[in-house]
Amino acid sequence: MIESASKSTIIGLKEVDFAWHAKANLTIKSGNLCVEEHEHVFIRGASGSGKSTLLNIIGGIVTPQRGQVEIVGQDFCQLKELQRDRLRADHIGFIFQQFNLIPYLSILENVTLPCRFSKLRRANAIERSGSVVEEAVYLLSRLYSKGRCSFHLTTSELSVGQQQRVAAARALIGQPQLIIADEPTSSLDYDAREAFMDLLFDEIKLSGSTLLYVSHDPTHQHLFNRVVDISAINPQQETDL
Amino acid sequence: MNLRSLASKSLKNRRSTAILTIVSIAVSVVLLLGVEKVRVNAKSSFANTISGTDLIVGARSGSIQLLLYSVFRIGSATNNITWESYQDIAQQKGVKWTIPISLGDSHRGFRVMGTSRDYFSVYQYGEKRRLKFSSGTQFEAVFDAVIGSEVANALNYAIGDQVIISHGTGSTSFAQHKDKPFVISGVLEHTGTPVDRTIHVSLAGIEAMHVNWQGAVKKRKASKALTEANLQPESITAFLVGLDSKVVSFKMQRYINEYSSEPLLAIFPGIALHELWSLMSVAEKALLIISLFVVLASLTGMLAVSLAGLNERRREVAILRSVGASHWHIMGLLITETVLLTISGILLGLILLYSGIWLAQPIIEKNYGLFIPITAPNIRELGMVCMLLAASFIVGLVPAYRAYRNSLADGMSIRS
Repeated sequence: MIESASKSTIIGLKEVDFAWHAKANLTIKSGNLCVEEHEHVFIRGASGSGKSTLLNIIGGIVTPQRGQVEIVGQDFCQLKELQRDRLRADHIGFIFQQFNLIPYLSILENVTLPCRFSKLRRANAIERSGSVVEEAVYLLSRLYSKGRCSFHLTTSELSVGQQQRVAAARALIGQPQLIIADEPTSSLDYDAREAFMDLLFDEIKLSGSTLLYVSHDPTHQHLFNRVVDISAINPQQETDL
Repeated sequence: MNLRSLASKSLKNRRSTAILTIVSIAVSVVLLLGVEKVRVNAKSSFANTISGTDLIVGARSGSIQLLLYSVFRIGSATNNITWESYQDIAQQKGVKWTIPISLGDSHRGFRVMGTSRDYFSVYQYGEKRRLKFSSGTQFEAVFDAVIGSEVANALNYAIGDQVIISHGTGSTSFAQHKDKPFVISGVLEHTGTPVDRTIHVSLAGIEAMHVNWQGAVKKRKASKALTEANLQPESITAFLVGLDSKVVSFKMQRYINEYSSEPLLAIFPGIALHELWSLMSVAEKALLIISLFVVLASLTGMLAVSLAGLNERRREVAILRSVGASHWHIMGLLITETVLLTISGILLGLILLYSGIWLAQPIIEKNYGLFIPITAPNIRELGMVCMLLAASFIVGLVPAYRAYRNSLADGMSIRS
């Protein structure tokens, strides 16, 4: 499936081939994906189907051997590594499956971490709340609806569900255009999962960000504008990761 | 992005290994700078032991041996110089002054030196400094003694106290000159040289002590009255010579070395000190090499700790990458950590070193006669510290490169 990129394209992958090592089989072969601004896209696929690799390519962490990767209007393959790092810092917020937080930083420090690397997100946060810390406190208080805990605590004292909320606040701070969530609810129980998804969607709608959500579990796919099967993006997948 | 605060928080999180690493670096810094301080001060203390003396004359042996027994009171002479030869040389043209030295006895481990009264007015040490009395005066009577500051401190002696001198130079002696006790007439000020550990008596005193003695055995025969006039020594151990002009020093040295009546040796103290120091330079280098190896061991320890922790930190690196950290940030973080550890180690090391010097100063001075002043690190020491920092930076490159390789392979998800 090849989708044409328009002006409001946030992610545009065209004929992307990628292998982790020169001698390894291709993890992504002829990969194509187009996600437009404000879209909430659910990418469904079994583990080992190349989902994480896809996110690494979109995040500019790795560059494909062939094909075109366009993120927020810029061709990743034409950028130098440091420029890709800056683009990622400015425009993409990530939420992982687990172990999202840096253990030696406090909750607040974890949330404000992207603003240390991105001037743009720092400026956005200051514009919205007056300071980076105020913005972090605002996001955390929205995500912790049942009373505020001390945001100066270390993250090791948090439950997995609470950690995922902190991770969401970190992804959202400074209003990046694209939020990428990699199975963020897989380590949560049912109640926590539902609560987390509600909060995530509320915040995404409020910030107007584009959401790319990757999961093997179709439970929440009804919440999204569009559901794409990984086989549609990576039609000739040959090998497991 | 403040790498330093991130690195220090990361280290705080791993504080037990970080503290151990800091301590091991601190120990190596203490050793490295401690050895250097001892070396420099030992060298300057050596060079400051004697000054203003143009020649040292003794029985023919080795120049270092002569220097050791005449100036440092270490070891003993193989032979004496006859009084006639001494008088002859002392009266040569060009000789400004001479100080005779007569060694061989001791008091509770401190050497006794027989000399003339001129000793107190012409002997110089350090930057041409003269001996000063902290109390009392030079010896007047035959059985008067002048003690160095360390002797006074160690044995708690004051003016008027009696000193019984032992025959021989051991700290315990069975042959004591109990019949002729000396009385302390003066205490010298601290000099930081072997003078502090010496008991000075007149040559007549040395002679008087040995009246009625044959070898190390006391004879029973009663003595006649002991006055300076009838106590002229037959021989002395060595003598120091001051010349009118430096120009004549080589001529005078040759004259003494070719002295026909008996085999003598004249040495320039500066050259002999230099020879002695170069003799010790092997030990000095060995110490330096050992301390360098300790530094190497502590850096290797730091590297091992850093590499061992790297696997557990792959997730941390992945998170940092995901929020926009570049490879340079990751490498910078790891290098900053090792440099922070090293700086902390150096600071702790300096604190330990200086407090150690402060605590050990009196003990070292008492036992080894070496005064180590508390002074700011000199250029060479600062250079050593800078080299240690540079080495830690290089060591930090190893885990930094490994983290870079890991993050290339992992991306944002840990791939085992």
